[in-house]
Amino acid sequence: MEKLISEFSLGLFFWQSAIFIGLLFLLRKFAWKPILNAVNEREASIINALDSAEKARTQLENIQSENQRLLKEARKEKEILLKEALKTKNQIISDAKKEAQNETEKILSQAQDTIQSEKRAALKELKNQVGSIAIDIAEKVINKELENKDKQMNLVNNLLKETDFK
Amino acid sequence: MRKFLFKSNNLFYIVVIVLFCSPPLKAKDKEDSKDIRVEIKEYISHHLKDSYDFSFFSYTKKSGDHVYIGIPLPVIIWDNGIKFFSSSKLKHGEDVAKVGSNYYKLEHGKIYKTDSEGTIFYDDKHHVTNYAPIDFSITKGVVSMLLIAFLMFSLFRNLAKSYRETGGLPKGIGRFLEPIIIYLRDDIAKPNIGEKKYASYMSFLLTVFFFIWFLNLLGLTPLGVNVTGNIAVTFGLALLTFLITNFTGTRDYWLHIFDPLGSSMKWFSKILLYIVLIPIELLGLIIKPFSLLIRLYANMQAGHIVIMSIIGLMFIFKSWIGSPLSFGLAFAIAIIELLVAFLQAYIFTMLSALYFGFASEEHEKSH
Repeated sequence: MEKLISEFSLGLFFWQSAIFIGLLFLLRKFAWKPILNAVNEREASIINALDSAEKARTQLENIQSENQRLLKEARKEKEILLKEALKTKNQIISDAKKEAQNETEKILSQAQDTIQSEKRAALKELKNQVGSIAIDIAEKVINKELENKDKQMNLVNNLLKETDFK
Repeated sequence: MRKFLFKSNNLFYIVVIVLFCSPPLKAKDKEDSKDIRVEIKEYISHHLKDSYDFSFFSYTKKSGDHVYIGIPLPVIIWDNGIKFFSSSKLKHGEDVAKVGSNYYKLEHGKIYKTDSEGTIFYDDKHHVTNYAPIDFSITKGVVSMLLIAFLMFSLFRNLAKSYRETGGLPKGIGRFLEPIIIYLRDDIAKPNIGEKKYASYMSFLLTVFFFIWFLNLLGLTPLGVNVTGNIAVTFGLALLTFLITNFTGTRDYWLHIFDPLGSSMKWFSKILLYIVLIPIELLGLIIKPFSLLIRLYANMQAGHIVIMSIIGLMFIFKSWIGSPLSFGLAFAIAIIELLVAFLQAYIFTMLSALYFGFASEEHEKSH
């Protein structure tokens, strides 16, 4: 201990303190502050960059899932539309069929009616013509029969004879 | 400017490497090994002390004259007015320096005022009784610290500038230094002081860490500086830790010292305990930084003693087996010292941060 105290040099202590304190203040102003600021800034910017990258990633993920969702929805919609279209098509076809059938039936029944009425008219005409022809023939026959008066008379007489009046 | 600094840094490293390869110790070619032992011991104790000139090596001529190769440094002493002269005048204690009308002599690494003959008086405990003037010399340690201060300023100034140029990225050696700065911030300052208050202590922690580390590393070069193993330097560093700790101490910190039991006991029962407790707490205030200064001093001092002793063994063995073995050992120890250089800087910074943490602590409600 005594040796330590005897070795202690006040001059060296003075210069050491002066140099060290001088160095401390110089470095503080010209080195440590700019260095630490730069390092802190860099770290902050790295953290920011990481944050924004993370944000961009989540955004991208969101967009992707949104896209996926939209795609799914579109597919669903398409399916629904297709189904509806199919339904409508079937509906239309069955409606058309039904209507066609109805129409056909209607036309057929109309045709039948027409045929019936035509037939009736034709029959009527035929009846009329047959009647007049028959009358004509009958007239002609009668005319021919009535030409021979004797014979007629005979016949009438015969008929009269046969018929007994009571 | 920057390019120049970079080149000069390279030059510095080359000089260090060349010096490291050169033989660190010139042994005298003498038969008597006891003489060598004594010389090595003196050499070590001389090396551990601060010196008035920046010597690289010394040797002794056949004629017995000592030759010192190095740079003389200015000596500044206060002896009824400032005396300013070159350390070459002191001639490593072999002659008296005449400054104005006064005579000074170097004895055991200290400057004493003497008569023109350079007589040194001793008391019965072999202490020098001559008048020792107040000494503010620019010694080898001061030059080393200035060198490291310049190096640190240029390194970290460049790092700070490189952020502005590259937009937030370090360049060159800054790539090596930046992780250490971030490590100090994230693993020393933040956990010990806390997220809220750590920022204001960062300048001190960073400066003290790199200052100690670089000086420790400089001590491992064959330049032979031993700054962090000097009690005055470690005292100065620990004193700053002590001052910062106590000047930034919060109310809770002082309450913890003067009222450690808080409201858990009635005041009259506390008084008896406090007669013992408060002096212990107050002593703790001083012991904490004191342990810092002793730890750093002792570790660096011991490291230098061990390395130099083992290097000295080479010259004692003087055999083809012993000398290479002790060289290998010295090499291994030097590598361990490289780790110790970092470790001691780390421990000093870490404990300083811990003490700052105690001082700046604020409880929601004390205890």
